[in-house]
Amino acid sequence: MTTFRLPPSVPGARILGLGSSQPEHVVTNDDLAQRVETNDQWIRDRVGIVERRVAQDDVSLVDMAVEAGSRALKDSGLATADIDTVIVATCTMTAPIPNAAAQTADRIGISAPAAFDLNAACAGFCYGLGAAADLVRSGSARNVLVIGAEKLSDWVDWDDRSTCIIFADAAGAAVVTGARSEDEIGVGPVSWGSAGDMANVIRILEESTNKLHQEGQTVFRWATTRIAPVALDAIAKAGLTPADVDVLVPHQANLRIVEAVAKKLRKEGAREDMRVADDIVHSGNTSSASIPMALDHMRAAGRIRSGEIALLVGFGAGLSYAGQVVRVP
Amino acid sequence: MADTAEILSGLAEIVEEVAGIDTAEVTAEKSFVDDLDIDSLSMVEIAVQAEDKFGVKIPDDQLAELKTVGDAVSYIEKNQ
Ligand SMILES: CC(C)(COP(=O)(O)OP(=O)(O)OC[C@H]1O[C@@H](n2cnc3c(N)ncnc32)[C@H](O)[C@@H]1OP(=O)(O)O)[C@@H](O)C(=O)NCCC(=O)NCCS
Repeated sequence: MTTFRLPPSVPGARILGLGSSQPEHVVTNDDLAQRVETNDQWIRDRVGIVERRVAQDDVSLVDMAVEAGSRALKDSGLATADIDTVIVATCTMTAPIPNAAAQTADRIGISAPAAFDLNAACAGFCYGLGAAADLVRSGSARNVLVIGAEKLSDWVDWDDRSTCIIFADAAGAAVVTGARSEDEIGVGPVSWGSAGDMANVIRILEESTNKLHQEGQTVFRWATTRIAPVALDAIAKAGLTPADVDVLVPHQANLRIVEAVAKKLRKEGAREDMRVADDIVHSGNTSSASIPMALDHMRAAGRIRSGEIALLVGFGAGLSYAGQVVRVP
Repeated sequence: MADTAEILSGLAEIVEEVAGIDTAEVTAEKSFVDDLDIDSLSMVEIAVQAEDKFGVKIPDDQLAELKTVGDAVSYIEKNQ
């Protein structure tokens, strides 16, 4: 009988480098208040955002993906020739063809990698990281560049005050490589899923404006009740306990959701001194970019150190969700 | 099943936990928004905890109708 040969597998995967990119243009709450009926205090209280970055016409989604990806690659110490797979998690390409991943890879100088886009909205980075870790572990890939990149501003209805105050543009990236031993494993098993019965609560209104619409309170209720259990499951799957988590990096959807998730985890044994990402304050909600960018910003600010345990959990349109624990590179 | 007084005190504990308001302040005639300064997102968190505690369902559209602490207590009492 003929048998197939498979590539040799490795014990697991780890993150080797991080990078991020934000457009220059800052939009403050006061700027938004000139266009819609809102005010700085309301936005700070309800969503925790002080300012956000919005890409102008001369900055594309791929531009941001290229910058974030290049920075992550530099941080990893690997060369372009080492990368054989590029995943771009995104839900905001204005045209579905061609994908973002192949052109992003080409512009970074990565030659002929496997390159694909992945749409799990704000859970996209954690989905991509989960896929990347398994590709590496199985031997299908050696080094994967995972990028979350979004130009949400193309899809935001700037006259809808319940969404335009929240969303922003950015890209964040990580380089994933193999762990040579069990001790080196730095990406835990992914805990993921979806709730397609709630698909309509965050969607593009194709029948009218063709812009993003969300049912804010329904999303808030879902996120504040369903996401902490996903995070706890990710911890358990990795064989850790909540007290092992040094830093919590939830998708930066709304600071009130971030705080609610942190509170729930502390009730389950997470430490009081666990640091909690609050990158949303100056970056807004950047969907799939928010988690890698928050990690990158926190590390640059000295708020997390290499080797610490970070708990990532993404959630959003789909609805979809995914989380895993990682070791900070 | 909890009686009116038990529901009120249970609800007051939830309000204290979510919004940091002293339980003594949480009395039937108080309006959540105007008197207790609780916003719509904190109301969602209060509703979620009340659902767990009293075994009721408080959907978002119902929640919007519950203006005062007394409204919430009688809704829970009727639906538990
Ligand atoms: C969008 C969100 C901030 C809206 O907050 P909310 O409290 O649910 O808002 P509501 O629509 O119930 O409105 C509450 C009040 O604020 C007002 N309001 C809404 N948006 C406002 C704004 N931008 N500025 C000022 N007032 C606003 C409403 O008109 C309403 O006033 P009323 O009670 O006098 O009618 C909130 O629901 C949210 O953040 N949800 C989670 C969404 C999210 O995280 N999405 C990303 C998922 S990846």
